[in-house]
Amino acid sequence: MNAIKKGLKSALSWPAHRFAQLLTAERTALVTALLVTVLASAYQVAAPASGLAILCTLGAALALSYAGIKPWLRVVLMTFLLLGVLPYAGTLNPGVSSLMIQMFIYIALALGLNLVVGFAGLLDLGYIAFFAGGAYVYSIFASSQAAKFLPWFAANAPQGLGGWWFWAALPLALLVAAFMGIALGLPVMRMRGDYLAIVTLGFGEVIQVIARNLDTPINITGGAPGIAPIQAPTLFGMDMGQPTSLYYIGLVFVVLTAIAMYRIEHSRVGRALAAMREDDIAARAMGVPLVKMKLLAFATGASFSGGMGMLFAVKQHFINPDTFGFMESIGILAMIILGGLGSIRGVIVGAAAVTLLRFQFLPDLSALSANWGLPSAIDLTKYQPLIFGLILIVMMIYRQDGLIPATRRKENIAALEGPLPVPAGGTGTSVAK
Amino acid sequence: MEEGLRILPQILISGLVIGFLYAVVALGYTMVYGVLEFINFAHSEIFMFGAFIGFEVLMFLQKTSLLTTLPMVISLILTMLAAMIFSGALGWTVERLAYRPLRGAPRLVPLISAIGVSFFLQDAARIIWEALRGNWQLAVPPLYTGVLTMGPWQVAGAPLQLQVPYGAIVIMVSGLIMMFSLIWFVNKTKVGKAMRAVAQDRSTAALMGVNVDRIISTTFVIGGALGGAAGSLFAIRYTSITPYIGFILGVKAFTAAVFGGIGNLAGAVIGGLLLGIFEALGTAYLGPLTHGALKGPEYKDIFAFLILILVLVFKPAGLLGRTVGEKV
Repeated sequence: MNAIKKGLKSALSWPAHRFAQLLTAERTALVTALLVTVLASAYQVAAPASGLAILCTLGAALALSYAGIKPWLRVVLMTFLLLGVLPYAGTLNPGVSSLMIQMFIYIALALGLNLVVGFAGLLDLGYIAFFAGGAYVYSIFASSQAAKFLPWFAANAPQGLGGWWFWAALPLALLVAAFMGIALGLPVMRMRGDYLAIVTLGFGEVIQVIARNLDTPINITGGAPGIAPIQAPTLFGMDMGQPTSLYYIGLVFVVLTAIAMYRIEHSRVGRALAAMREDDIAARAMGVPLVKMKLLAFATGASFSGGMGMLFAVKQHFINPDTFGFMESIGILAMIILGGLGSIRGVIVGAAAVTLLRFQFLPDLSALSANWGLPSAIDLTKYQPLIFGLILIVMMIYRQDGLIPATRRKENIAALEGPLPVPAGGTGTSVAK
Repeated sequence: MEEGLRILPQILISGLVIGFLYAVVALGYTMVYGVLEFINFAHSEIFMFGAFIGFEVLMFLQKTSLLTTLPMVISLILTMLAAMIFSGALGWTVERLAYRPLRGAPRLVPLISAIGVSFFLQDAARIIWEALRGNWQLAVPPLYTGVLTMGPWQVAGAPLQLQVPYGAIVIMVSGLIMMFSLIWFVNKTKVGKAMRAVAQDRSTAALMGVNVDRIISTTFVIGGALGGAAGSLFAIRYTSITPYIGFILGVKAFTAAVFGGIGNLAGAVIGGLLLGIFEALGTAYLGPLTHGALKGPEYKDIFAFLILILVLVFKPAGLLGRTVGEKV
């Protein structure tokens, strides 16, 4: 009797009770989200050049991604921050746009490297080589460089192909980088993890040496001085080369990359990569085609790098081999280690944090120390390798999963993709008999 | 072609000299790999620190004008000894701080930590010597500057002369001494036996009463000392050092270790010598072979990488290594 009464009571009280609870939770989240957005925007607009303001705005965007509010509202608020506040701050101070483009490039690079290292567990230390490939594919034909070794260009396009070339080069850069990935991947597929690391490192060096020396016998890469100036893309006749407009291209690239990564992670390929990373022998036994999957991971990761290389060339207006050194590869590795291997949100946060540190806070601090009359040996901008090294060591010893570890979801594979395909030559039941 | 053959002996000698350096550094890689199955990325930086410590000792000797009064052999031994002690201690510290906490972690974890250590040490050296000397690119005080001239002999109707710098001879002699003492140490002493036991099977060695942690530390100290000695020899022979000399040389020495069969001491020596000779040949003859289209010295660093890929694809066990089945 008592039990029924209690059950009845709870049954009656729950909707209102739960609803109130939901509402308060929702309301708190809503108020917090709005407040955070408004405060960050106000700060960003009031002090556009301040690194702290950018940090607050990006922090607000991160908080929004966690907030328990309606998805559409989250999208609206984040769009407001990324498409309203930051570009507006960029018009007040072009440095903001410039920094953000750099950040977008690194976020996409880190996401691409995360596919290779985080998802597939293949330590690639020459990732910047693909980036260089994309940058050169675009730059050679978007400058006077092509005219130096191709007569057709000398006659028809001595200054490069023009603004439309960016869009035509994009698929080409992705393809070239993917092919570079496969070319590197094919000989190294059977190697163990640590050999792979050192071979990819060597590959990065080789690409740099080739870029530096391919000015003889035919001047293809421009040698050590590199290529300059590089033409900016146009879109419907608009010049997209200015930081304020390039910002949008960068943002689109990053959003597309992030969506692609999310889709890959939860696809059949993503699961195969994870299986391979955890135990390649077990994965092979379960029918994962290791070589195919490794090549796929290498090529896909490389193509993201190649695409971002183009954006980098546009942003810098010049490229030279020194831009594509080992330090850059390690910098990107430090980003994904800091954020969390295999964690998309973590990688984005890690890349944003390291970029802010490198291009905003360290220069700020070194300007400050110069103001105080400290010797230039304490110039913090030069300490980047030290900082990258420390990030790697400290994270490995104290927090191997990164700041925002990857979460594992239990997935119902049958519900996701329907019945599993029956392998040729037999059915599951015949094995059971 | 005649001219090309004429310079061959000289090329072989310079290749042999750099090959001895690769071999001594490769010993450090291969020892650590044998015991821990792990690429000690920071080994190249330990080599680099050896060069800088050697530089400091030579600077001190020069300042106190001992460099001219002491016999050269004493100066050499002092320089190498200081570099070996420092680098050995550095190797021990690195293992203790950055690798030991990660023992038993997935393979990539200590590797990434080692890359971090490598970057940290490289930049630390730059900072330290920029503060100490105002510059990180340093000219080493000359110790062995003379050149041994052999010949001229009459070969095919023209005189042939060989020139070997004393610094090169020092590298070859001390390299040989170090290699043979190491091989003797590992094969004949009790600690060496324990080392081989740990390399073969760590847990069984521990059960047999071997102090595994101490043996691993010893490995790092010896490997580091060898790297430091190679660094100081490099400084004496090539007289110009930067914090970045370790990186490429380290990759090449590792290639040498893989070439000879990783984990195998004699293999590391043979791999290092062969790699040095191949590289010298490639550098010298790439230009003439392509009729000047490609400049050999510019592509010098690629040869080692090509050899590494070829070895790993066609003979992953190396020249002297055994093929090891993967543990399931």
